[in-house]
Amino acid sequence: MAKRAAPKKPTPARRAADGAAAARIQGGAVVVTGICGRLGRRLARQLHRERTVIGLDRREFVGKPKDIKHHSIDVRRKKARELFRRPDIGALVHLGVMHDPRLGAEEHHTWNVIAFQKLLEYVERYQIPKLVLLSSANVYGPRPDNPQFISEDAPLLGANRFSDIRDLIELDMLAQSFFWRNPGTETVILRPAHILGTVQNAPSNYLRLKVVPTLLGFDPMMQVVHQDDVVRAVRLALRPGVRGIFNIAGPPPVALSRAVKLLGRPTLPIPHAMARAGVERLWRWHMTSFPAPELDFIRYVCMVDDRRAREVLGYGPKFDLGSTLRAVDEERWV
Amino acid sequence: MPARAALARIGDVAADDVLPLVGRLWGGARRSVDELAVRLLGSDFEERARLLQARYAEAGGDPFGLDLETAKYAIMTCAFFHRLWFRAEVRGLENVPAGRVLLIANHSGQIPIDGAMIGTSLFLDHEPPRVIRAMVEKWSQTLPFVSTFFSRVGQVVGVPENARRLLEMGEALLVFPEGTRGISKPFSRRYQLQEFGNGFMRLAIETGTPIVPVAVVGAEEQYVNLGNLKWAARALRMPVFPVIPQVFVPFGQMPLPTKYFIHFGEPLHIQGDADEDDAVMEEKVHLVKQTIQSMINRGLKQRTSLFF
Repeated sequence: MAKRAAPKKPTPARRAADGAAAARIQGGAVVVTGICGRLGRRLARQLHRERTVIGLDRREFVGKPKDIKHHSIDVRRKKARELFRRPDIGALVHLGVMHDPRLGAEEHHTWNVIAFQKLLEYVERYQIPKLVLLSSANVYGPRPDNPQFISEDAPLLGANRFSDIRDLIELDMLAQSFFWRNPGTETVILRPAHILGTVQNAPSNYLRLKVVPTLLGFDPMMQVVHQDDVVRAVRLALRPGVRGIFNIAGPPPVALSRAVKLLGRPTLPIPHAMARAGVERLWRWHMTSFPAPELDFIRYVCMVDDRRAREVLGYGPKFDLGSTLRAVDEERWV
Repeated sequence: MPARAALARIGDVAADDVLPLVGRLWGGARRSVDELAVRLLGSDFEERARLLQARYAEAGGDPFGLDLETAKYAIMTCAFFHRLWFRAEVRGLENVPAGRVLLIANHSGQIPIDGAMIGTSLFLDHEPPRVIRAMVEKWSQTLPFVSTFFSRVGQVVGVPENARRLLEMGEALLVFPEGTRGISKPFSRRYQLQEFGNGFMRLAIETGTPIVPVAVVGAEEQYVNLGNLKWAARALRMPVFPVIPQVFVPFGQMPLPTKYFIHFGEPLHIQGDADEDDAVMEEKVHLVKQTIQSMINRGLKQRTSLFF
């Protein structure tokens, strides 16, 4: 899947159809699921100036720009289907992936997998020409035998040691099989490294801690990417003609200890066996938002090879290491 | 006029005789330490480290986590072993080209000191200085401190993707195709090359990298291994568990101070198709293996004594 299929000989009819699809991708409305998340709102704010944006999220859109149409409905409801029936919809951006480890595996499955299956069904039925899924580099998983930079065709082994992210891998796989089954839709899967910024994800929350705990004797190299670089990657993925899987990385990798030092936070090294037992206990007592298997992310490397994104997508990070790291401390007014 | 009070007299003695003497001794000691450092590291050690650091900084830092500030101290320690402990004799350094290169060496000596010594030679004596990149066991990544240390001194996890990337970066990659088979072989099989893997040959052909064969003589005798305890290795989840009696003697944990001979052979440019059958690959690998074996044999013949 990493390489684009060889283009067929374009017949005039096909070329006309391609042209129409390209026009629809470029000019049509964009449906954004999970638009009320911090990343979703950032994307919406950039996109709505250029084209129609339709929000689809269970939550309320606080501070919504006037020209964005927002529907606070569950994707699994019938009403959501009506939305896709409009002929002018050019693309679907799926950001509405739930990553809350507190909610159990069952809840994750019904929300993430069933909702995405529904969305794929709508995309197929109403022939929406573009689908962008924001997956994550976590699907590869931090492992001692990882290559330093994982390429897009590597197996997704993230759930081997951290079973809670099984549903994220399933989403990624669903999108991959959809890519092969529906050549009429340009499917793009983005797998960004640790996204930093005002977003509420594990890496940003981790770096926001007053004292950053690390594992004694472990200091893996890390890739971080600024949230606005991810937004830009999504926008690049919305261009007609782009399809396939893209790893997204930010500035050159940095050792964890150096990243924390650049942020000016003190670290607290803990022996890994102790840390694991401790975090497990804290997790059970609802005193931390980090499940114990996530400790592997500060123990082993999980970095991606973003050459394909640079060459095919034309993506390159705009933010350097310092500003990417400092983004976790920015005011969270958006 | 000599002072009367005892205390003042002591003061005079201190000022006139003791202080200059201490000064001379201190100066002498510092000079000899400096001399030792120069002898160990060469007069331009700091400059070499800076040169390399600048080279990596230019590329936005080494993506594998090499940090020359840390590596410098590791090299200083290695230099002690290279220059004084093993008194390594290095030949053929001029055969190592400036760009990407695969160094293929025999592996021996229970712990990979041979790799460190090859690396030290290339850092201290090669023009321009090189940092050797080698591949380490995946297992080492699960160990605290060890994993961090390896990555800071430029060692990477042994997977083909990493090797390819390092060569694309123009690095010097050290490969021991024998792997653990070579390093932990018992004393009775010293200087007999074990089975070679084919991976390095595919890599060399694919990336068009010259192969420099390297023979290390002297490492086999640093630890005398009588055999492998399979059950202990299994219990401790280690690749091998060698039986080395000398570690039970005081100071026997240190390797025996045998004399090292490191010989870099002429580069081999091997042509072909990287997707060729294993049988075809094996022939090419055999050629390299033969070259190294004959270099070892020559080294053994020239060696007059184990320790001198």
